[in-house]
Amino acid sequence: MSAREAILGRIRNARNGKDRHEQAAGATEAIAAHLARHPRGPAPAMPGDLPARFRERALKLSSDVLETADRKEVPTLLARYLNERKLPLAGVCWPSLIGLPWSSAGLDMQSRPARDSDLVGVTGAFCAIAETGTLMLLSGAETPATTSLLPETHVAVIDPRRIVATMEDAWDLLRQECRQPPRAVNFVSGPSRTADIEQTVTLGAHGPYRVLLILAPAR
Amino acid sequence: MQNNAIDFKRQVTVKLADIKLQGALSRLQSRFVEGRSAVISEIADLPETRNAAAAIRDRVLNDLEHWLLQFEQQATARGAIVHWAETDEDVNRIVAGIARQHGVRTAAKSKSMVSEECELNDALEQAGVEVMETDLGEYILQLAHEAPSHIVAPVVHKNKEEVADLFAEKHQLPRKTGIAELCREAREILRPAFLNADMGISGANFLVAETGSALIVTNEGNGRLVTTLPRVHVAITGIEKVVPTLEDVSTLVRLLPRSATGQSITNYVSVLTGTRGDADHDGPEHFHIVLLDNGRSKLLGSDMQEMLRCIRCGACMNHCPVYQNIGGHAYGWVYPGPMGSILTPLLSGLEKSPDLPNASTFCGACAAVCPVKIPLPDLLRKLREQQMERGMKSRQETFMLKAWAWLALRPNLYALATRIAVRVMRLLGGKERLLHRLPGAHGWSDGRDFPAPAGRTFRELYRQGGRK
Repeated sequence: MSAREAILGRIRNARNGKDRHEQAAGATEAIAAHLARHPRGPAPAMPGDLPARFRERALKLSSDVLETADRKEVPTLLARYLNERKLPLAGVCWPSLIGLPWSSAGLDMQSRPARDSDLVGVTGAFCAIAETGTLMLLSGAETPATTSLLPETHVAVIDPRRIVATMEDAWDLLRQECRQPPRAVNFVSGPSRTADIEQTVTLGAHGPYRVLLILAPAR
Repeated sequence: MQNNAIDFKRQVTVKLADIKLQGALSRLQSRFVEGRSAVISEIADLPETRNAAAAIRDRVLNDLEHWLLQFEQQATARGAIVHWAETDEDVNRIVAGIARQHGVRTAAKSKSMVSEECELNDALEQAGVEVMETDLGEYILQLAHEAPSHIVAPVVHKNKEEVADLFAEKHQLPRKTGIAELCREAREILRPAFLNADMGISGANFLVAETGSALIVTNEGNGRLVTTLPRVHVAITGIEKVVPTLEDVSTLVRLLPRSATGQSITNYVSVLTGTRGDADHDGPEHFHIVLLDNGRSKLLGSDMQEMLRCIRCGACMNHCPVYQNIGGHAYGWVYPGPMGSILTPLLSGLEKSPDLPNASTFCGACAAVCPVKIPLPDLLRKLREQQMERGMKSRQETFMLKAWAWLALRPNLYALATRIAVRVMRLLGGKERLLHRLPGAHGWSDGRDFPAPAGRTFRELYRQGGRK
């Protein structure tokens, strides 16, 4: 008997005596019904301005937040941010963002997945979550996961209209717009950190040291 | 991992006298206990959210067979390969087999307590695979050849000077003193390990049956790196970790980091489904999910089933006055604190860990903070009952408990005996009102004086005060 059969057999026998027949008959339907309904648990009410809430929560998680009404201003904002911190004015971005006027802001931006040596990675976001100040990133050919992971600075350009209240709302959006979850859904909430040594929080563990969120409406 | 819980009492004495450890434990207590209390109130309806979380876990546990099959079907449909392991040795054999199959020489590993159950690193090294722990805490422990002492903060028992000494010795670099510098040094040492690893190994905090996904919460980003860069990813977890839907897992993620580290959310929550797409630039080509039983299935349908709700947040140990004083190593196996005092006897034998069910004051703090409402003190009491029933208690303890039970069943005699006892103890306590020795119960008076009773029983005082 395989380990699979043995384990499943023990689980089945554990239910012996309790409603075994009833259960066997109804189990598949009960599971299908729960999956079809996918009911929500209690979630915090989030009245008011979702972008304001998102911004407040993101700042609490040590992300930096900038805003502009004009997406074409994003390169200028980023160049100023990098200059203020004496960071290199070069990086990689998702293909969908290469059309922004990077070079006129003095930035050397390349449209390709990040490598170890890249210091700035610019991504979009599938959506963002106001409850916790979190980005939701989907992996894919046009949205490589390494861009938000390997560089020391991660910059995410977010359409404020794509800020939802909760993680449950984010899953609903995913169900509406994608057939199935991609290989990786990454929820990102600020720069990577560790508190393993003396429970003292240190930013920049294995992922980015800083996360800059730029709220800029897509056209 | 070998179970050394039999050595509990001796270890307690050692740990209580360890001044360095006591300092570390008070740090953990202030950060995690206060941290939780600061953010748990962000959950608008905490009682309802905990009820919902417990119900989600119960829904799966009450029909684990079909939820596991649902998960397996979805995961397989997306290209993952699901393996089933009866024991820790099976996990090691399966993972070593996966490594062989894919020609793996090096593996980068994210934190996994299930892999600690199995001592997977040793098994892989024997199979010729070089394994690098990449969680900072686990990396430190790997260098020091030590076991974790907390399920969330594995290296809580070490201070920064010890880490500085260890890094200076092992890395052969100038000794750093600041915590940020030590973290930076570990980052730079470990980055090549991520980039060069053939295989990434992780745990899974949850398995989502709806989508066949493994969900991992991390802060450092190492969990993302080991599941993104290497061409093979192996996720190892317990069979009980299935959760029905993405909504259900959202409820649990609302509770897990808040309960664990006092964070509203961990830096990264990664939901991993299947293998890389044809056009993808990253992600593993092969995704293996190993499901471990190791004694879990026999808890189903028993009066211990509620223990399988556990989501491994560590809140019970952070709030436990016993853990706060002795740390994790004294418990002798992978899981310390109240959850460990139940899991260790259940998974690796009550006879090998007779002191653990008794390592509790029954203060109830663990149950009060448990996000999935596991009645931990009740389960500990049930284990104590089993010890009585199986004749595992000492002759003296059995006699005392039987004598007490005999007396307690005779209320008038009980009242008389306690009236005499409290008066005698009051007299013996003298002016200080402290008893230096308790004959037959020296465990209560060896380390400190026992406060003498007030001289009259509760029932006497109650009668005198009148009923209000």
